Amino acid sequence: MRNISRLFALFLMLLSTTLLHAQGDSSLQNTMRSNGRIYVVITVILVILAGLFLYLIRLDRKMSKLEKNN
Amino acid sequence: MILLIYTVIAGLLLKVPLLPALEETVRNLYFHVCMWMAMMTLFTISVVNSIRYLRTFNLRYDIYARQYAAVGILMGLLGYATGAVWMSYTWADPNNPAYASFSTIAREPKLIGTAIALLIYFAYLVLRDSINDMDKKARISGVYNIFAYAMLFPSIWIVPRILPSLHPGQEGNPAMNFKDIDSNMQLVFYPAVIGWTLLSVWIATLRIRVNLFKEKTMIQ
Repeated sequence: MRNISRLFALFLMLLSTTLLHAQGDSSLQNTMRSNGRIYVVITVILVILAGLFLYLIRLDRKMSKLEKNN
Repeated sequence: MILLIYTVIAGLLLKVPLLPALEETVRNLYFHVCMWMAMMTLFTISVVNSIRYLRTFNLRYDIYARQYAAVGILMGLLGYATGAVWMSYTWADPNNPAYASFSTIAREPKLIGTAIALLIYFAYLVLRDSINDMDKKARISGVYNIFAYAMLFPSIWIVPRILPSLHPGQEGNPAMNFKDIDSNMQLVFYPAVIGWTLLSVWIATLRIRVNLFKEKTMIQ
């Protein structure tokens, strides 16, 4: 239950990113738009990796807790 | 694994057609779009397992359905997050402050539709985990899962196509149409879809094994 509510909070935060985007300082904006915006692709890959890793680490913790209980 | 390594390397290095609004960000096709494909596959597997549970009343299938749906939501969230990044640098006008372009972006039917679909699946997890009785839990959530899957289609496939949108893929399946995808990109895109889907299925099977183990120890 707690995990679900955490995931849900993350989802709401993602929804609000639409509001927050493009308010960073202009140097970040310039980097992101340079070289045909390749850094956008890099950011996207990093977001996916970060998401998957966080998820797997959580799963790992859950499994070690299970092992400890037995 | 090999498919994904190939996806990342080829996806970053191979030549792509440079469109004015997208430029290099068109490479996100191998990542952002694949998240949604993986999500659709996982939700489909989930609903198939729900139906199998309702036919056989074998609790194992209920666990399958729950875990596939959970990983499907994860892929959906990743798709949403990557979409937010991508959109910030293609749709949003760089000369306008963010809140000026927010009104057009927030009206995107595809964003609202996927948000609704993901919320429905969140409700599935909450519903399933809030019932204590094991058989009742499995039966009710199995039926709910079928409804959730049925709602997925109008909210992410049908309604966004009826309404005007900035999001590509208005007149057909985005990127699956042979005419509008460059042949070079197909070489990467199809392995990418398969690779990401297999990765997410693998994560789901890990979760299933953990949960089957948990059930077994609980019964003993």
